[in-house]
Amino acid sequence: MTDRKRFSIQTAAALLQNANFKGFFTGRIYQGAGKNVCVPGLNCYSCPGAVGACPVGSLQNFLGSRPVRLPYYVLGLLLFFGALLGRAVCGFLCPAGWLQELLHRIPFPKKRRGDRAAAPLRKLKYVILALTVVLPLFFALTPFFCKYLCPAGTLAGVFLALSDSAVRPLLGGLFAWKAAVLVSLAAASILLFRPFCKYLCPLGAIYGLFNRFALYRGEVDEGKCIRCEKCAAACRMGVEPHKDINSAECIRCGDCVRACPTAAIRMGFPSARPERDGTGKS
Amino acid sequence: MKNTLAWILLAAAAALTGAGLWLGQNALVLQKAVRVCLECVGIG
Repeated sequence: MTDRKRFSIQTAAALLQNANFKGFFTGRIYQGAGKNVCVPGLNCYSCPGAVGACPVGSLQNFLGSRPVRLPYYVLGLLLFFGALLGRAVCGFLCPAGWLQELLHRIPFPKKRRGDRAAAPLRKLKYVILALTVVLPLFFALTPFFCKYLCPAGTLAGVFLALSDSAVRPLLGGLFAWKAAVLVSLAAASILLFRPFCKYLCPLGAIYGLFNRFALYRGEVDEGKCIRCEKCAAACRMGVEPHKDINSAECIRCGDCVRACPTAAIRMGFPSARPERDGTGKS
Repeated sequence: MKNTLAWILLAAAAALTGAGLWLGQNALVLQKAVRVCLECVGIG
């Protein structure tokens, strides 16, 4: 698949998940049946365009409610998306990832392709995931991630403030903090490829746990691989596909597949990636 | 083997989602999602 085709899918997914276009002008959020269902990617349900519910927000809402309810429904949907796609959700369906990629297309002289030196920072998203799950259990009705970090929510606030003058006087110190986070991430996205996904996103951390088992997986044909490492050089997520094609960091963008001179790397569902007799590493 | 595990996880996902629907948890998701989340948008 070409990167252009992937970008088209990302764009379509972002538009479909935010298809309440009139909300961007009226400042009224969608209240239809679509919000019974969590979307796969990070998309704030308070965004005027959102037609589905945010999985991270919904999870925190359940965990922050009293008495605490086990969120079977949200966990079931997360498990479904994870087991089916793993982090292909990030690479194809997440509006937050799509926005970062749009920003990364802005020309800038000193773009950083890899981030091997900052690789330990990628563990931060697991800390944030733990805090996202644990903190609401102790502090009722405090969605830690949504309140203090989520850039999708801040963007939703910006849209609401732009379209509804009644919202503007309500924005104070918390919004200033969140706006600073959003602007920092936007600036970082111009220099780095998807910094929020790499270092901060708890949803990416969840889906990353499924990358080794999801139906949508990668596979390296050891017989064809010549260890040229062109795949690692091409990877903008800092993965070394020839060593670990199903790394939790891989968002299945397919850069490595296109870079491989011997067509040793394949990605997809089982029909496009038939099981081999032990010669392939999957 | 990994495909089998994925199918087991998908079956577990269906069971969890079904249990959630049976308990009416989708309505709780809806209830939260149709109102502006003040924390999310930065109002507090």
